[in-house]
Amino acid sequence: MQKRKNKNKAAHRIMTLELYLMMIPGLLYLIINNYIPMGGLVIAFKQFNYQQGIFGSAWKDPLIGNFTYLFKTQDAVNIIRNTLAYNITFIVLGQILAITIAIMLNFMRGTKNKKIYQTVILIPYLISMIVVAYIVFGFLSTETGLVNKMIVAAGGKKINFYSTKTYWPLIFIVIHLWKGFGYSSIIYYATVIGIDSALYEAAAIDGANVPQQIWHVTLPGLKNTIITLVLMSLGGIMYSDFGLFYQVPMRSTIISDVTDTIDVFVFRALTSMNDVGRSSAAGFIQSIVGFLLVVSVNLIVRKIDKESALF
Amino acid sequence: MVKKNIVGQVILNIIFIFLAVAALAPFLLLVSSSLTSEATLAKYGYNFYPRDFTLAAYEYIFKSSKLIFRAYAITIIVTAVGTTISVLTTVLFAYPLSRKELPGRMVVSFILFFTMLFNGGLVPSYIMWTQMFHIKNTYFALLIPSLLMSAFYVIMMRSYFTANIPNEIIEAARVDGAREFMVLFRIVLPLSKPMIATIALMIGLRYWNDWTNSLYYITDADKFSVQAVLNTMLNNINFLAQNPDVIADSSMMKELPSTAVRMGVAVVGVLPILAAYPFFQKHFVKGIVVGGIKG
Repeated sequence: MQKRKNKNKAAHRIMTLELYLMMIPGLLYLIINNYIPMGGLVIAFKQFNYQQGIFGSAWKDPLIGNFTYLFKTQDAVNIIRNTLAYNITFIVLGQILAITIAIMLNFMRGTKNKKIYQTVILIPYLISMIVVAYIVFGFLSTETGLVNKMIVAAGGKKINFYSTKTYWPLIFIVIHLWKGFGYSSIIYYATVIGIDSALYEAAAIDGANVPQQIWHVTLPGLKNTIITLVLMSLGGIMYSDFGLFYQVPMRSTIISDVTDTIDVFVFRALTSMNDVGRSSAAGFIQSIVGFLLVVSVNLIVRKIDKESALF
Repeated sequence: MVKKNIVGQVILNIIFIFLAVAALAPFLLLVSSSLTSEATLAKYGYNFYPRDFTLAAYEYIFKSSKLIFRAYAITIIVTAVGTTISVLTTVLFAYPLSRKELPGRMVVSFILFFTMLFNGGLVPSYIMWTQMFHIKNTYFALLIPSLLMSAFYVIMMRSYFTANIPNEIIEAARVDGAREFMVLFRIVLPLSKPMIATIALMIGLRYWNDWTNSLYYITDADKFSVQAVLNTMLNNINFLAQNPDVIADSSMMKELPSTAVRMGVAVVGVLPILAAYPFFQKHFVKGIVVGGIKG
């Protein structure tokens, strides 16, 4: 008996060892790729120089010097405003569009056409933002762009989009929705088809027409998915699609007031302005505020509806 | 659930045909402008259909540009190698986490999950990769930073193992004296093929489309991937877009690839994905559904 127990214990130990051996590459990667940079966030409070590295560099005096320097300029306000405003617009419009498409897809008959539509609307999601930037250039270029050719044909005056601020909020919204609508509507569609059809039949017997069915059956059935997806997007509200805001406007700095988000600024300040101080300060705010947001939004959701919370 | 409403069905189909066209038309513009001659492009601009037809852009790409050929090879190799290593790391990390008997499972799960909530951002990562690991202008830069393993796919894989691999099978194999590595590679993985295919596709697409690592870490044109070449050419368009005067200078134009060639390279960059897409779309849609809802 005792012998067997010992044997079991030994086997358990070997199993544990084997399983941890498997995780070594992944754990090493998490430490290097994720955890060291987390510690590296202290750089925001340092007078960084490349010889001494992040941890060897002297502390900034005063400690928040990089932040005061960052907030001295209009940049800080602009990039935070742009990041938040674009993200909120994207979340709201994105969900409305995706839910509408998912519901329409659900009411459609025939499997073949449905499958073709689902397949085709996902295509924009597959390509990189660089390629999108080329396509957008094809539309917006001052000399050869399709939009300007059409404006001229209609008797209007050419617009130099890449140096005009006015149109960019709209352009970003259109591109974001174009690239993502297939992806998010498929997520919603997966939930919509999971709704018990008996609920629709019951509603129909009670005399509910299609809009009433959507309101009383479909939308309540989607509630958890909507909360989860909005929550995830809210958690990432300090982060932006770097490619969309950096590449698509062709890195034009003339219009950076309306195109620069935190990510673009961090990259630009780090590489082309060689301004590690302001760059790291902006990145620090992004990381910390982003983290606090995910945690607190999740706490709120847990209070309202535990099932929908992420963790 | 809905009455047979022919008019409603027709309207729905019309709306979706419109959406499908909206999704595809921009690609048409890309392809047709790569097939249009330079003179026509200059006169009539880009359009959805080629006003004339020439393969000059593609001839240029295939004949005279070593850079593009090499970039293509780099993209293919990086995607293949990266996806293989990444899927392997992901599976090796996910499997132990799916085993309830593992001591410390919750701690490791938390270490993994926490990376989805909090990250150090670009500045510390960039300095670490360049100063500590000297990754600049090496192929490691295309394979490792931020791409090699993502908590998202590990969690997807772990959930699949937990839900689909009965514990009894693993137990039985272990009683027969099988080592954990054997259990994983002989029993668990063959039963998980659909999920592995899905995750491999999503990871592969990320490698194929990645341009940020090249932007951060690669300055040597010999190590440019397709996306990096596109990125650099975009700069040149940008240059022309902001400086209309430069266009008048013809010597400048000769050195730069022409407008159609640039669109051609973009087409060449997306073509493999678009061509392979019909074959992988089933797995891909599944990945989106599984990952999107309970990520």
